[in-house]
Amino acid sequence: MDFALFVNQLFNGLSVASLYLLAALGLSLSFGLMRVINMAHGEMLMLGGYLAFLTLQIVPSPISIFAAMVFAFLGAAFVGALIQSTLVRRLTDRPLDTLLATWGVSLILQQLARDVFGPIGVEVRAPDWLNQSIQITSGFLSGVTIPSARLFILLVTAAVLAALALVIAKTRLGLLTRATNQDRMMAAASGIPVKRIDLIVFCLGSGIAGLAGVILALLGPVTPSVGQSYIVPAFLVVVMGGLGSIFGTTVSALILGLISALSQIFVDVSAAQMLILVFVILFLQVRPQGVVAPQSRTLDF
Amino acid sequence: MSAGLKTSSTIFAALLTCLAAAAPLALSAYDLNLLARFMSFALLAMGIVLIWGYCGILSLGQGVFFGLGAYAIAMHMKLAALPQGSVPDFMMWSGRESLPWWWAPLESGLVAVIAVFVVPAVFAGLFAFLVFSRRVGGTYFALITQALALAFATLLVSRQGATGGFNGLTNFSTLFGMDINASGRDVQLYLVTLALLVLTYFGLTMLLNSRFGLLLRASRDGENRVRFLGFNPTPLKVAAFAIAGMLAGLSGALFTVHAGNISPAMVGVVPSIEMVIWVAVGGRYSLIGAIAGAIFLNFARDWISSAFPTLWLYFIGALFILTVTLLPSGLAGLVTQNLRKTPAAP
Repeated sequence: MDFALFVNQLFNGLSVASLYLLAALGLSLSFGLMRVINMAHGEMLMLGGYLAFLTLQIVPSPISIFAAMVFAFLGAAFVGALIQSTLVRRLTDRPLDTLLATWGVSLILQQLARDVFGPIGVEVRAPDWLNQSIQITSGFLSGVTIPSARLFILLVTAAVLAALALVIAKTRLGLLTRATNQDRMMAAASGIPVKRIDLIVFCLGSGIAGLAGVILALLGPVTPSVGQSYIVPAFLVVVMGGLGSIFGTTVSALILGLISALSQIFVDVSAAQMLILVFVILFLQVRPQGVVAPQSRTLDF
Repeated sequence: MSAGLKTSSTIFAALLTCLAAAAPLALSAYDLNLLARFMSFALLAMGIVLIWGYCGILSLGQGVFFGLGAYAIAMHMKLAALPQGSVPDFMMWSGRESLPWWWAPLESGLVAVIAVFVVPAVFAGLFAFLVFSRRVGGTYFALITQALALAFATLLVSRQGATGGFNGLTNFSTLFGMDINASGRDVQLYLVTLALLVLTYFGLTMLLNSRFGLLLRASRDGENRVRFLGFNPTPLKVAAFAIAGMLAGLSGALFTVHAGNISPAMVGVVPSIEMVIWVAVGGRYSLIGAIAGAIFLNFARDWISSAFPTLWLYFIGALFILTVTLLPSGLAGLVTQNLRKTPAAP
């Protein structure tokens, strides 16, 4: 096998894994807290993409991509807050019904996007400094091409991950989140406003997805269904990651992203998709609790 | 369920059957064909009642099993219309000269019929066994089935030469040696569908009222308690899922015969989850509710999406939200609310 091709795909895999991770982080955090999955999470990606498009339309400057990230984060967090406080909160203890209700939200948001921006999708022109690529022409890595947009994705993801880990580990909000995650009843009994924690974490997760949408917009056109193509693998990342663990989610995003990209050296995209699914099912045979198992004596989580 | 209600719902079902049997006299050929398609969907919907209502398993991938049954019969109909040894037209366009190995056995009508029942059931059972035996369930299971639906549909689209790709399989002319377009054939096929629907309804009613049904409900409401009582819920859930898969396969086969085509657009993520909303609206604890939900929602879809094309997604989206939040037992729940206590949500 061509070594350069392998390295290129490896790098591709890392950037795919980054997108899976950014999409899955919010899902995983909320799942740990509330045991619910927001099926409209993919539409937060889409929203982020469209907000990036609007920002770059209004302020076309090389660094307005950073402004777009801020807007996308805030916009998606706001919509997330609406979904959580009007819908998800009402369906406590009915996780499967939450799936269906939020799927309804997802359909409505997609159709809204179709009506507002048209069905074809919009192109976000990445600033020039993101349109370059680093090419290695000599040495044993000769033939390796690293597009700077993909490098940028890795950096953003690393920054988001570090910031989130810091918030969870060091701040008061993180402390309360961890407490609620561990034992919701006990946390509520000791005066932690668990409902507000739910809301804040949900917003945070939606915001991160919005941010991921900006990155998606750099890679391809933003269409009403752009979120759908990333969200299903992100769901699998959550399933494999273990309950509400950032570390578990990161590891499983890395594994699935790399499998997806590296298998595409040998097979096409659709077979790669099947391969990921088979891998997750086989993984669950060995570790049904996911990469990181929660420590608990309760039988019914 | 009280004895009185049992008789009254049997009488109700019998009345509905008579009404449906008379439908060919009253409906135009077009409407009869639509009704026949939607009645095929109703078979699948009853399978969802079995697994979702009575077992607490939400599957977002029933389209996969629907597709397995549908493609099995469609492949047979393609082969039956061909002279011995040649390949279907779309394979020639893709430059394929011989049949893939998994096409060949379906040349026989008997094998095709067996495949319609067995392939989805075995696949569903195997899939459920792998997941449930490791005690993975609930939301995780729903997400995995959705990934399955996505992978299945993408695979069908990408294997153009073997599956007909995006366009799927169409242009059928014969079924088991009969001309499928002969006059009066539509009424016969409709009546066959109705008979299968009625058989399935009574079969499932018996199953749900048996000890098996009781254990299913018990493991829905408290899986670990059932384990402590000395039962293993896994084989029960696997069996229920396999039965639902088989019904979905049969549903797909009947649909393909009525609609005259099958394509990946019928089996992917979106159609799979729409199948669940039929049952949610009709009533997840009620077989009749699920039948009604499948038929009425599809007629509504036919009407709304032709009259106001962009409204359909808003409508179905709102329906998802409102049914689940306001009417968790569906329309059937409204009807039976005064007659008896509805089963508690899991």
